[in-house]
Amino acid sequence: MAWFRRDNTPLTSSEQASRVPEGLWIKCGSCKDVLYRKDVLKNQSVCAKCGFHFRITARERLALLFDDGRYEELDAGLVSADPLAFKDTKAYAARLKDGLQKTGSPDALVSGFGKMETMPIVIAAMEYGFIGGSMGVVVGEKVTRAVERALAEKAPLIVISCSGGARMMEGTLSLMQMAKISAALARLDSAGIPFVSVLTDPTTGGVTASFAMLGDLNVAEPGALIGFAGPRVIEQTIRQKLPAGFQRSEFLLEHGMLDLIVDRREMRETLARCLRMLRGQ
Amino acid sequence: MAEQDFEAPLSELQKTLDELARFPGDPVKTREATRVRQQLDQQRREVFAALTPWQKTQVARHPSRPYLLDYVQALCTDWVEIHGDRLFGDDPALICGLARFRGEAVVVLGHQKGRDTKQKIRRNFGMPKPEGYRKALRAMQMAEKFGRPILSFVDTPGAYPGLDAEERGQAEAIARNLREMARLRVPIVVTVTGEGGSGGALAIAVGDRINMLEHSVYSVISPEGCASILWRDAGRAEDAATAMKITGRDLLSFGVVDEVVAEPPGGAHADPEALFESLGTLLDRQLGELRKLSPEALIEARYDKFRRMGQLGREFLDRAV
Ligand SMILES: [Zn+2]
Repeated sequence: MAWFRRDNTPLTSSEQASRVPEGLWIKCGSCKDVLYRKDVLKNQSVCAKCGFHFRITARERLALLFDDGRYEELDAGLVSADPLAFKDTKAYAARLKDGLQKTGSPDALVSGFGKMETMPIVIAAMEYGFIGGSMGVVVGEKVTRAVERALAEKAPLIVISCSGGARMMEGTLSLMQMAKISAALARLDSAGIPFVSVLTDPTTGGVTASFAMLGDLNVAEPGALIGFAGPRVIEQTIRQKLPAGFQRSEFLLEHGMLDLIVDRREMRETLARCLRMLRGQ
Repeated sequence: MAEQDFEAPLSELQKTLDELARFPGDPVKTREATRVRQQLDQQRREVFAALTPWQKTQVARHPSRPYLLDYVQALCTDWVEIHGDRLFGDDPALICGLARFRGEAVVVLGHQKGRDTKQKIRRNFGMPKPEGYRKALRAMQMAEKFGRPILSFVDTPGAYPGLDAEERGQAEAIARNLREMARLRVPIVVTVTGEGGSGGALAIAVGDRINMLEHSVYSVISPEGCASILWRDAGRAEDAATAMKITGRDLLSFGVVDEVVAEPPGGAHADPEALFESLGTLLDRQLGELRKLSPEALIEARYDKFRRMGQLGREFLDRAV
């Protein structure tokens, strides 16, 4: 099953449109309006006209949620040892280097401990710019450690997903991260500590089929692609075009897979409010 | 499926042998037949001992390979299949039931493929939908309730990637199984018998012991899928199969599996009785080991087992230290 987005191909127009492009003036990927770039960034990378959510980085995510954008970064030094010595048309080691250069992070997840509306909290965010946000051993380890830190601190956990799924270049070890993280979440669940999963565009494959669907609350940004199999794989299987809006946040909400869809600009306040109530505060 | 390349010299010898068998009274031909049979056995042993990961994938998918119901019939008595997830429907691609294994009542579950076209379609080629995974969870939680060990058999190309499966929450069904299997208070022994196809396999493969048959494979994506994405050419599946390290021997070295079960020369389907014999002995031993553990110790050990998949200093490093 192709769980993975191509990371070695040029971005498709829709992918390009989903990030805030460079330049003084930019065009919204949805309403096509021309916007002043600085205004968009000030608006948490959401189009003020139509509400389109541009994709943002893991560090931007953490900065938006933690009080004053400040947090203790966790496990920042973890890097893949390329356990399979994997090579396709390009060596995996070189892809890892490219990812570091492109994102400033040694793998596809940044996690931190800090406060959100004064509440101690662990937050992890996936970095789509690093090999499609794919989950290998480092992502698996960092999420698991984030869960274990939340357990130790008795603090709630938020994981913000943005991923094409498991990372092929680390083979079956990548697949096993799904089980490793889910087992840790079982402990958090038994301990009665809240876990909120935030799903952003796109969240597919092994990430959806493990921690992203296991929140006490599953929360998505509007219009995010969320699914198990990618749309192309499904189209190949059923040999027909998928209906518009299939596998988007609104579709998942309608089918009972999400608790709520929240605009990025209201995310922090909404999450904090829910977590306080879950904790009886 | 046609015979595989590596089987061609074998089938030549087999043809000769079949020819000679048409003259049972002829002492010269009988002697010749004995010689050819020995040569065939020898060659088969050599060929199957040297299979590449891609060739193993072909054997793992071989249409004559034993499927779940064959294992149940050979290893168990008193089989009672149970149906349905109590939410939507019953999935024929994932079978669950009660049975006795060496006298002890257990819960058995696993993927089921079909042999002829009609059965293949009925079993959806061994690709479960959410209701299959939810039925499996229901069966496993029933096993926990009544203190029964679980035997899980894995053989799937993957979870079904279809429209209806997505609508009913394929990802959620798999995810929930991963979390709940991690804390089930009864022994779980998993055997990958054919294709261990990514999340659709893992969803019934979180256990205390993970076995792989010698010619089974276990991978994050099919070699064809990997090749078409990374090489942009599904024809490079052979390279992808090698690069992803999907065989039992590889996965033993990564600590992903505990035991590799030797198959008879020619693969499981060439001599199923021999395989059932050795697998039955292994499962019996493993259940015996696990029976000695308290539920708490069992869950703790299972956590540690998966916690170690990806180890510091081996699969990843910490530059900050
Ligand atoms: Zn817009």
